[in-house]
Amino acid sequence: MGVSPLPGGIGCLHESSGRPKLDLEMNRTVTIEVRQLDRVVIRFAGDSGDGMQLTGDRFTAETASFGNDLSTLPNFPAEIRAPAGTLPGVSSFQLHFADHDILTPGDAPDVLIAMNPAALKANLRDVPRGSTLIIDTADFTARNLKRIGYDENPLETGELDAYHVVPLNLTGMTVESVKEFGLTRKDASRAKNMYALGLVSWLFQRPVESTISFLETKFAGKPDIRDANIAAFRAGYNFGETAEEFSVRYEVKPARMATGQYRNISGNLALAYGLVAGAQRAGMPLVLGAYPITPASDVLHELSKLKRFDVTTIQAEDEIAGVGAALGASFGGALGVTTSSGPGISLKSETIGLGVMLELPLVVCDIQRAGPSTGMPTKTEQADLLQVMFGRNGEAPLPVVAAQSPADCFAIAVEATRIAVTYRTPVIVLSDGYLANGSEPWQIPVIEDLPTIDPNFTTAPNATNDKGEPVYLPYLRDPETLARAWAVPGTAGLDHRIGGLEKEDKTGNISYDPANHDLMVRTRQAKVDGITVPPLEVDDPDGTAKVLVLGWGSTYGPIGAACRRVRKVGGKIAQAHLRHLNPFPPNLGDILRSYDKVLVPEMNLGQLAMLLRAKYLVDVVSYAQVRGMPLGAAELAEVIGNLVEETEGIDDDARHLGADAAAVTHGEALHDPIAHNGHTSNGQSSNGQSSNGHTSTGHLNPEGAR
Amino acid sequence: MTSIDLGLPGLRGVPTADEPQNRKEYVSDQEVRWCPGCGDYAVLAAFQGFLPELGIKRENVAMVSGIGCSSRFPYYLSTYGMHSIHGRAPAIATGLAVARPDLSVWVVTGDGDALSIGGNHLIHTLRRNVNLKILLFNNRIYGLTKGQYSPTSEPGKVTKSTPMGSVDNPFNPVSLALGAEATFVARTIDSDRKHLTDVLRQAAAHRGTAIVEIYQNCPIFNDNAFDAFKNPETRDDAIIPLVHGEPIRFGTDGRLGVVRDGFASLAVREVASLPGGEADLVIHDAHADDPAYAFALSRLTDAGVLHQAPIGVFRSVDRPAYDDLVRQQVTTSKETQGPGDLQSLLTGTDTWTVN
Repeated sequence: MGVSPLPGGIGCLHESSGRPKLDLEMNRTVTIEVRQLDRVVIRFAGDSGDGMQLTGDRFTAETASFGNDLSTLPNFPAEIRAPAGTLPGVSSFQLHFADHDILTPGDAPDVLIAMNPAALKANLRDVPRGSTLIIDTADFTARNLKRIGYDENPLETGELDAYHVVPLNLTGMTVESVKEFGLTRKDASRAKNMYALGLVSWLFQRPVESTISFLETKFAGKPDIRDANIAAFRAGYNFGETAEEFSVRYEVKPARMATGQYRNISGNLALAYGLVAGAQRAGMPLVLGAYPITPASDVLHELSKLKRFDVTTIQAEDEIAGVGAALGASFGGALGVTTSSGPGISLKSETIGLGVMLELPLVVCDIQRAGPSTGMPTKTEQADLLQVMFGRNGEAPLPVVAAQSPADCFAIAVEATRIAVTYRTPVIVLSDGYLANGSEPWQIPVIEDLPTIDPNFTTAPNATNDKGEPVYLPYLRDPETLARAWAVPGTAGLDHRIGGLEKEDKTGNISYDPANHDLMVRTRQAKVDGITVPPLEVDDPDGTAKVLVLGWGSTYGPIGAACRRVRKVGGKIAQAHLRHLNPFPPNLGDILRSYDKVLVPEMNLGQLAMLLRAKYLVDVVSYAQVRGMPLGAAELAEVIGNLVEETEGIDDDARHLGADAAAVTHGEALHDPIAHNGHTSNGQSSNGQSSNGHTSTGHLNPEGAR
Repeated sequence: MTSIDLGLPGLRGVPTADEPQNRKEYVSDQEVRWCPGCGDYAVLAAFQGFLPELGIKRENVAMVSGIGCSSRFPYYLSTYGMHSIHGRAPAIATGLAVARPDLSVWVVTGDGDALSIGGNHLIHTLRRNVNLKILLFNNRIYGLTKGQYSPTSEPGKVTKSTPMGSVDNPFNPVSLALGAEATFVARTIDSDRKHLTDVLRQAAAHRGTAIVEIYQNCPIFNDNAFDAFKNPETRDDAIIPLVHGEPIRFGTDGRLGVVRDGFASLAVREVASLPGGEADLVIHDAHADDPAYAFALSRLTDAGVLHQAPIGVFRSVDRPAYDDLVRQQVTTSKETQGPGDLQSLLTGTDTWTVN
């Protein structure tokens, strides 16, 4: 401690510029250096009640409006307020921002802001040595430390010597900065998150206007609180400007992204907007039936605000009623939607099966979380794939699509709507907790560019009976799509009855005929199998890779980042990602068979791998991890690198693709930044161990700096 | 869609028929497959005869049922219909009623479907007061699964699943509905077509959820469960007729009546034994705001062996219907914020441009 904080351990710095600043109190001039970084991973951590999610959201908004590419990872306990100051009560928000295209929220933070001892302890294991710790010391009392298992104050024992520690009494300074508003100490200290945000905003040169106007709006009805938060935010910013501790600021230039208009968006918000867009493109009102469940509730909340878009939301008495109401609305010609997570999907299964039988559109969104049973509600997982594929009685096939990034939740919802309406079927949309709460920049789509969806309602008789009279046959099918003729109540002359009992082909009357049942079972399967989905695209830069990595859902970011690392160290790797899981893209079998090895990383015990083996008889290699957290890019890069090495028959003591790929700096950059000089001695950990993805080490293959 | 106010609040928004209809138009081409002698036939006939008098377009009638013998009902009516899954009809009908104010939505269910597997949906539909009508066929037995006891079977009932007699305490469906804040609760009997039709008429007119418990005989698995109400020798003393605005008096030669008895309770007494005679009898008030009165009435049902029960409309009060309120919010939102502009929604307020 006492060393100059925030050295070059953060990402990579290219150039420095200095300007003098006047330290008023000390009455002396110090120089503030501005260092260029290409990427930073920052994590805010504190007690559940400390407002860390809000702080992270605001820093994200500032960063998005500045034009960096970014990716976020909120991480919070299921308990609304676990006992203050305890390890289970720690909530955090990680943000990765860069001057280039990135894919993940980052494996490990360069900067940790810890608002109390528990936040430090709970997060320290994720922080590579050499990184910066900004610590609020106010709660570092013997009692608080003992409570979480520290016998001595870690700020004083030297155990943090490998880090760049900036101990500050943030709480004390916050209280001081808002004393003019006459708040209680408790109320005053609640603004400490804004003080911290102000300080970090200064440090990384974030624009601050949006946060001030946000606070003005959020606390419009409570002038004291509003003014205190704004004052604390400004005070934190000014502290950075004036305090001796900070002689360096960092700049991360805007990212080079495709031209267009952007905004930041989270997965659940994108999903809600996609559902509305899909309904509008189909010209159908949207009716959501849902029951609150983590992490899906935000979709209900967002849609509830959008009534003016002909959106009706029904908060049902239970999961079953939620999907029931949605299916009832679909029967009436609306787009019925239900949103839930794994446990809720289990409850909805019977009604989804009814939807399969009735052949009505229904969009079922499963925002997966760690299971089984209640599992870990706030942690991510993708272990519902087999449930949604097969978790119904009888042969009840239905289409399954999966979003691959937060922003992709929009497009996938539109796609689900297209399939549901065109083919008259329930469609499952898979998202997960990581996508739901994570966010990224999104190039705002133009509505007119979205596909049009034609419900093609039947409004007149579509056949004649044996007496030659015009009749309506509800299960007469379109020969191309096998979609049935759909007439909604209120259509004169087409009244009919449908239900869960087996239907006679064409008429839809109840039938127990053996041959008819066989025909109908096969027809329902053929309809789903025949759904038009785009061919799978493979990213195989020079077309010579022998190993393919195939994923689905939210592993897209980590897999992509890992592949970039492998390529940087000279490994040849092909990558493809499935958004359609039922039916699979038509070319999937050919693709699988054209590689020597196919690696399938999943946050489950190999569910996609099982489907691929069953359907294509390809001996895919499953890489399974179920820790409730997104896959780590560095770890995955090592697995991929090792498989590439093994498959290519590389036997060279000097080269270790896996380890090298794991250790790549700027792992997610497609192209390295202009300069590469940032590895100061402070960037190395004290024991010489490499810190994944943050410091270069001796065995890094030079090809990585291409 | 055109809609004409028929004067019946329950049908507000439903388009009227261009021409008078008859019963036959509501008979579907499907063969009715209930057991001979089933009470469901009588209810179906009464319903088919009653629908034309509503004067609404046939295609704007939607029947939603669950699972059970009675839930085959929609197949036999030439209206739109859905034979859904066990217990879920009220939930499905809620979505339909919310999405389509131009439909007259009816739920057909039974004692097992509504009170056992679907109990949760029933009480929440009643509490919300969705504008739909629920016909609860109570035969006090599971017929379709061939004779197990139901949530309305009497204690001690010997069935295939209760060879030593049921130890379950039954529901009183009317009490349950009242406890769930229902705004319209009635009871009728399958064999009394006039009374049944009269109750259906009042149910159709009601804006909100109307639940009608229909005592219905199952000749195969629970024959004569309602014998007391049908046997000419006993029925006068068994049926407590509820007529709004009239004293509750019944029995052979009107010898019995209902009087207040202690705190929020009612009792049956011999009229001759009352000091004031008929003047002491309770005047039935179906519109009483406080549900305690209707609840007290419902307790005059001896839910076990059923020798005596009130028949008629227990409660009919006005409360805004859920689906009307939901739609009103959509309308208000459009009026105050303007119709949604999707492009501007997607764009939001915090954007940046990359050139």
